[in-house]
Amino acid sequence: MKQKIVLIITLCTSSFFIQAQDVNDLIDKVKQKMDLVNSYSVEAKMKTSVAFIKAPIGKVKIYFKKPDQIKLFKEKGISILPKGGVSVNFFTILNNSNLSIIDAGTTTVNGTSTRIVKLLPLSETSEIIISTLYIDEKNLLIRKSSTTTRENGSFEMEMFYGELQNFGLPSKMVFSFNVKDYKIPKGVTLDIDDDLSKEEKKKFQNKKGKIEFNYSNYIINKGIPNNIF
Amino acid sequence: MYTLFKIELYKIFKRPRTYIAFIAITALIGIIQLGLKVDGKEYISFVLGDLSNTLQINGNLCNGYFVCYCILQLLLVHVPLLIALIAADMISGEANMGTLRLLLSKPISRSEVIIGKFLAASVYTIFLLIWLAFLALIVSIFIFGTDDIFLIKNNYAVQIAANDIMWRYAGAFIFAALAMLTVTALAFFLSVFAENSIGPIVATISIIIFFTIFSTMSIPLFNKIKPFLFTTHMVAWKEFFDVKVDENNISIAGSIYRPDKIIYSAMVLIIHIVTLVSISIYALKKKDILS
Repeated sequence: MKQKIVLIITLCTSSFFIQAQDVNDLIDKVKQKMDLVNSYSVEAKMKTSVAFIKAPIGKVKIYFKKPDQIKLFKEKGISILPKGGVSVNFFTILNNSNLSIIDAGTTTVNGTSTRIVKLLPLSETSEIIISTLYIDEKNLLIRKSSTTTRENGSFEMEMFYGELQNFGLPSKMVFSFNVKDYKIPKGVTLDIDDDLSKEEKKKFQNKKGKIEFNYSNYIINKGIPNNIF
Repeated sequence: MYTLFKIELYKIFKRPRTYIAFIAITALIGIIQLGLKVDGKEYISFVLGDLSNTLQINGNLCNGYFVCYCILQLLLVHVPLLIALIAADMISGEANMGTLRLLLSKPISRSEVIIGKFLAASVYTIFLLIWLAFLALIVSIFIFGTDDIFLIKNNYAVQIAANDIMWRYAGAFIFAALAMLTVTALAFFLSVFAENSIGPIVATISIIIFFTIFSTMSIPLFNKIKPFLFTTHMVAWKEFFDVKVDENNISIAGSIYRPDKIIYSAMVLIIHIVTLVSISIYALKKKDILS
């Protein structure tokens, strides 16, 4: 009996270590792929879809430089982004050495089989509390991520890849986040009538927000001056 | 009638009282612009309220288009009071000075007198509005620059691209002209029944204040009478600054969310103007001039 128990424990722990090792390897491989990119700039069409905001499609330019410098510019016009969300990127998350990596099984994202990897920063001051990555093991691509932050709530990113999938750079990204309910006193708006139908009001109360970035004209590893950031 | 119109215009712009309104508007807009130039960021964060806890809104939010919108919101309620100073004096002023009898003894019909005087008062109103538009829009653009406009409504926020704004202001000012002409017609109408200008000026101001309070308060009892008050329709210029969205909630450039509301309110205001001027003509025709 004792021998059986020892055998079961040995099998369980060894399989855990084998899996953990797999996940670490997987993360390392994804990191290596991402390390091919030292800097990039990209143009993007930004579609803001927040129920209570009527906004046009905007054109933005995004700059990235290792290790964690990222800047979004809208040359003309107003840009609406989830607070803190844009500053979080996979380079920052994966390059954190003080990280606990947990294998959470597999699932399918948009028809692609992915491994679920949970990343837990061990630092108590880290802005990110937990990040879940859905990694396409075959192509070493992050297809989806879900991140919970200390100050700025939770958000999800879904990535779609095109020509630059060898560099791990997406051609489209959908950023989903929660928007808190907001109410403004009438004194501010000075709007006399409030004649919206119940359906319209209900629609505006949807607290889910979505921002879609369609990327084009990537310029990779050509260097970006520090004054941009 | 054209000669009478020219004479009336000359009389209006000869009086120092006429320029009080222009000076008042200049001072008020100047104060608002100064305040927003100094503390615009604080005002914007106050307007955004809870929204800035969740979203990061970047850009020149306190730009000339936004400042102009704020000025129009504040001043289009008060400009009618300045219009009343002149329009309510058009007939009653003549009666007070004893010149109405003399005027009506000239070879010109009473209808032509009313129309000529009303047109002159309308020109003054339009000039006042053009001056307001120049200061609120052009000067604000010069001081604050341009960018998209981001407006907070009762239930939602609207962002309109900078290249989609100017035509909206043109529409808004044309609509505001209709609204102000309604006030001119009201003051003019009251002027027909008075023997001095104080009465119709105070009466016009009182009606506007009274109706505006009814229009502003969201009390079910008042809600029933709101559609019948011209003050409710005077603010429909704001509809130019709301857009339709597509199935992805992306705003459609060049669209207006509720154009029917603008048309309806414009019709109501035109009916008010025509009715008030018609009654003024009828009343003056029937009036026994004793002054």
